[in-house]
Amino acid sequence: MRYLTDRKRVIGLGSAKSGTEHHWSMTLSSYALLILIPMFLLTFGPMLGASYEEVTSYFARPFPAIVAALTIAVSFMHFKNGVQALIEDYVHGPMEKFLIIAMICLSYAAAATGIFAVAKLAL
Amino acid sequence: MADVNRGNRPLSPHLQIYRPQITSISSILTRITGNAILVAALLIVWWFLAAASSAEYFAVANGVLTSWFGDLVLVLSLWGLWYHTLAGIRHLIWDQAKMLELETAEKLGWAVIGGSAVMTVLTILVI
Repeated sequence: MRYLTDRKRVIGLGSAKSGTEHHWSMTLSSYALLILIPMFLLTFGPMLGASYEEVTSYFARPFPAIVAALTIAVSFMHFKNGVQALIEDYVHGPMEKFLIIAMICLSYAAAATGIFAVAKLAL
Repeated sequence: MADVNRGNRPLSPHLQIYRPQITSISSILTRITGNAILVAALLIVWWFLAAASSAEYFAVANGVLTSWFGDLVLVLSLWGLWYHTLAGIRHLIWDQAKMLELETAEKLGWAVIGGSAVMTVLTILVI
């Protein structure tokens, strides 16, 4: 008789090998966005349609600027992982890898652009 | 394991023969809304970039976002954002292995659809 627990017998035998990290990152960013999205809607919303002077002075304030930068960063990281799951489900072969790479690049580029713009407005 | 029948097995039933249910429709909508609001997210990043660049560039981006077409895209995205948010909350509840009974799950589906419409109207009224 071997003294093995049930867990020890099966560990490493599944087909997926990984995925916990992906699920955890989605869970974490979901909770973060639950707080950020309402704050972003309440700060960005009134500025949409405002004049150039109003917008630049409003986002020079710490709270709207920090909320905007955080929302942009967290949303695009959430999108990056979410769209990867979408592509993996429907696209196969070389196009699958190409699209995942393209979407990851797009996510980082958009996040960097957004954070740069907010930082420039704020400083 | 000999695998002599590769690629010639009976197929499982395809998606189109299943009756649409509130659980499946609300699940598919979660995916569609989550990915579709990319368009609005990119527009908003562009708007911020324009505001950080110059008054003239801001006038261009702001003009596009506040045009009738911009309004249409943003209002639809706002609904998509609320739908995806409420459906996301539903997933966070389900992750706790709660409210998974069929009847409760169906009620949650309707709650997400109704709730997203209410929240969209509320947001437009507030801001």
